[in-house]
Amino acid sequence: MEMQYHMNASAPILSIQDLRVWFEIRRWGFGHAGDVRAVDGVNFDLKNGEAVAVVGESGCGKSSLMKTVLGLYAPKTGLVSFSGQNIREKGKESIHWYRSHVGYIQQDPFAAMAPFMTVREILEEPLIVAGIKRKAEREQRIYKVLEEVKVYPVEDFLPKYPHMLSGGQQQRIVIARAMILEPKLIVADEPVSMLDASVRVEILRLLRGLQKTHNLSFIYITHDLSTVKYFSERIFVMYAGKLVEKAPINELLKNAQHPYTHALLAATSDPEAKNARVYKDVPPGEPPSLIHPPTGCRFHPRCGQAIKGLCNVQEPPETVVEPEHEVSCWLVKQS
Amino acid sequence: MIDAPLLNISNLVLHFRTRQGPVQAVDQVDFSLQEKHAVVILGESGCGKSSLAKAILRLLPKNVAAYSGRVELMGNDVMAYNDEEFRLNVRWVQMSLVPQAAMNALNPVIRVGQQVAEPLIFHAGMAKKGALEQAARMFKYVGVPEDCLNSYPFELSGGMRQRVAIAMALATSPNLIILDEPTSALDLLTQSNIMNVLKRIKAELGTSYILITHDVSTSSELADDVAVMYAGQIVEMGDAESFFEEPLHPYSKMLMASVPRLHSDADPIFITGQPPSLINPPRGCRFAARCPSCHDQCIKEPPVFQKGWRRVKCWLQR
Repeated sequence: MEMQYHMNASAPILSIQDLRVWFEIRRWGFGHAGDVRAVDGVNFDLKNGEAVAVVGESGCGKSSLMKTVLGLYAPKTGLVSFSGQNIREKGKESIHWYRSHVGYIQQDPFAAMAPFMTVREILEEPLIVAGIKRKAEREQRIYKVLEEVKVYPVEDFLPKYPHMLSGGQQQRIVIARAMILEPKLIVADEPVSMLDASVRVEILRLLRGLQKTHNLSFIYITHDLSTVKYFSERIFVMYAGKLVEKAPINELLKNAQHPYTHALLAATSDPEAKNARVYKDVPPGEPPSLIHPPTGCRFHPRCGQAIKGLCNVQEPPETVVEPEHEVSCWLVKQS
Repeated sequence: MIDAPLLNISNLVLHFRTRQGPVQAVDQVDFSLQEKHAVVILGESGCGKSSLAKAILRLLPKNVAAYSGRVELMGNDVMAYNDEEFRLNVRWVQMSLVPQAAMNALNPVIRVGQQVAEPLIFHAGMAKKGALEQAARMFKYVGVPEDCLNSYPFELSGGMRQRVAIAMALATSPNLIILDEPTSALDLLTQSNIMNVLKRIKAELGTSYILITHDVSTSSELADDVAVMYAGQIVEMGDAESFFEEPLHPYSKMLMASVPRLHSDADPIFITGQPPSLINPPRGCRFAARCPSCHDQCIKEPPVFQKGWRRVKCWLQR
């Protein structure tokens, strides 16, 4: 490959600038009938070896954001650059280069693997696509990656089909497939939400271990705040196509600013008997339509502290509360 | 104990026939539920908790190999009823079900108002007009706008459909509602909303619940009592207060310790190995193979030991 990327410790590995992903709605197949603004003005940088979590409810645009980062959707405006290189710049060749450096872990492992392929075939395919010609080398890399995801004994698993594996093992194979090209960045879309409670922690630990040993950058997409703490350094809270709060995880737990973040934190309960005796404080209503999002702050119709004449008119700017802690809310004063 | 319990189940067995042999989905389950109480049945997938719900409501598939035991509802042995008597007197009259993934359990081609009115017409013998009015009241109660009565399920969001399913279970004002994973497919804030609705129903109408879930955190939202199910059997049962404080069975302990917590720094653990197959479950304690405190006695099946109000099926409690 002639395109080389340079690793600079301080430079971000992934940089997202003013990203907008809109999906056009057509009437009768051609007339323009509006846009679904799934991602609407997202900015962030991801450092080399850093894990971030994107937290939000379904329909907030987190999957669209992730698929754009993976290069599966074309943004309407904005830039996704990886190691300083715009991933959409050079067309096919560039996307090929980019995809050998990013891995994708799907939510439902069973749906993510072809049911008619054995574990060996599933893991060999990316290697063939990447142009590794020697069979012995492919075989050796399959063994190596399966040992890394702790699937023992490797020989027993290679001829198996996905349906012969348990949920946890299936997810390990999906992780192995994401890891096999030795990527620099991994995007994981709710990697544990389909698994049982006792297996969940095991898989999260495995992912965290791989992230540390290979110094991977990680985007972890989830709706479950309680697992985020064990996994990532920073957390982005997404609501209706925008990142409303970005903060290091401990800072967010201590010093959350946005009313939506407060609502999410309040809704996440630890198992304690006293939960049964209290009602939870939940903002009324449901997330807005992304076709006609509310004017001003998108959370204002559900927000108890909304300021009339400001929150419903003008979009809040991004305010820096602490270093690395940014909030888009009118209630937050610049420090 | 002051009154007779609302529901008393003893020695309930439900086995399914498969080509590999009988699946012991529910095996000698005993528990009782007081009026206006909620019991949570906690367990991993495949432990037989949904089968237990089906066994209580007698919603059985065709391949049943064994179905026996005693189910007493307010002192009446409902297992003695034949299917028609059961349908007329028990199902949806005294107990109803909010099925798993309730949002997909609605009929897609019938308006939701009619679906909620249907049990009133069939089970309570109401006229259609009255039933629809009652359905409208139910909608209001669970927080669905009344204009949604004439909507089809696809026009509603997941949370709304879940509320409709709850309204349907509630319409005939049963004493007991069985909730099978009522919030597992929903978003965090919607989950909390639904839990608030369920709490309000319990406080205002005095409905009892059996909540079936694998999510320990959600279970604590509603629980008065907790029953932990493992491989078709109830391994621990007790009041929520002491259970969440200190679980007794090794499986419950590990299950509780595997829950990631937002407000504590303890590292969650995981349980190695997998639950046994229910086709040929191991003799003796079914958790023995994964248990850190397994000893020689565990090759014999442990009896249920009583610890105050709590019951534990483990040799360590002797």
